Amino acid sequence: MTVRVQEAPFDAGAETAALTASRTDIGGIASFVGLVRGEGDAVRALTLEHYPGMTERRLAEIEAEARSRWELLDCLIIHRVGRMLPGEPIVLVLCASAHRGDAFAACQFLMDWLKTDAPFWKQEETPDGTRWVDAKESDDAAAAKWK
Amino acid sequence: MKLLYFAWMKAAIGHGEEIVDLPEGIATVGQLVEWLVARGDGYARAFRNIKVVRAAINQQFVTLEAPLAGATEIAFFPPVTGG
Repeated sequence: MTVRVQEAPFDAGAETAALTASRTDIGGIASFVGLVRGEGDAVRALTLEHYPGMTERRLAEIEAEARSRWELLDCLIIHRVGRMLPGEPIVLVLCASAHRGDAFAACQFLMDWLKTDAPFWKQEETPDGTRWVDAKESDDAAAAKWK
Repeated sequence: MKLLYFAWMKAAIGHGEEIVDLPEGIATVGQLVEWLVARGDGYARAFRNIKVVRAAINQQFVTLEAPLAGATEIAFFPPVTGG
């Protein structure tokens, strides 16, 4: 069970291989990789700010909540901060379990909660300057369905 | 007491961190916000729409009614947009 907040890009394949190395109890892994969308040419770069300390704490709490709800054999959350370009990965969630149902559900839960409960903020660089991304009501609704 | 501001609130206030000595009588997060707003235009802009402002005491989410007793680090920030 690991939470990492880092500036460096990650390799989802390598992280998945590391999670399953020398194990035979895992029946499946559900993964989500979030990428920077370019929105055509509207977004030239994205800078992720966060609240060091609280971010890691909230991610660990959200992960613990997922483990209390589903049978997970392992779990990994990586969230990048700093400046990144369209097409680059931002976030990785891996959920390993004996059977697919728990892995799928936990992965979606973690992404939905992370979007509304972990202190990250996105700032876009656009052709007209920089702008802070507004929170979406649809994200609140997605998180609320797990309450 | 350490205060932290993030994202566009930090931009409005002009800095992301400060140490303050609170006057007597400020007992809740909401009262702290009122005191900050009176300190200048940047604070007033940052807290203009109080309904969207999130607060945390010692890195735990709290409401405006939360007491400040025991608080060493208080953060204010907009709704989060990670993921």
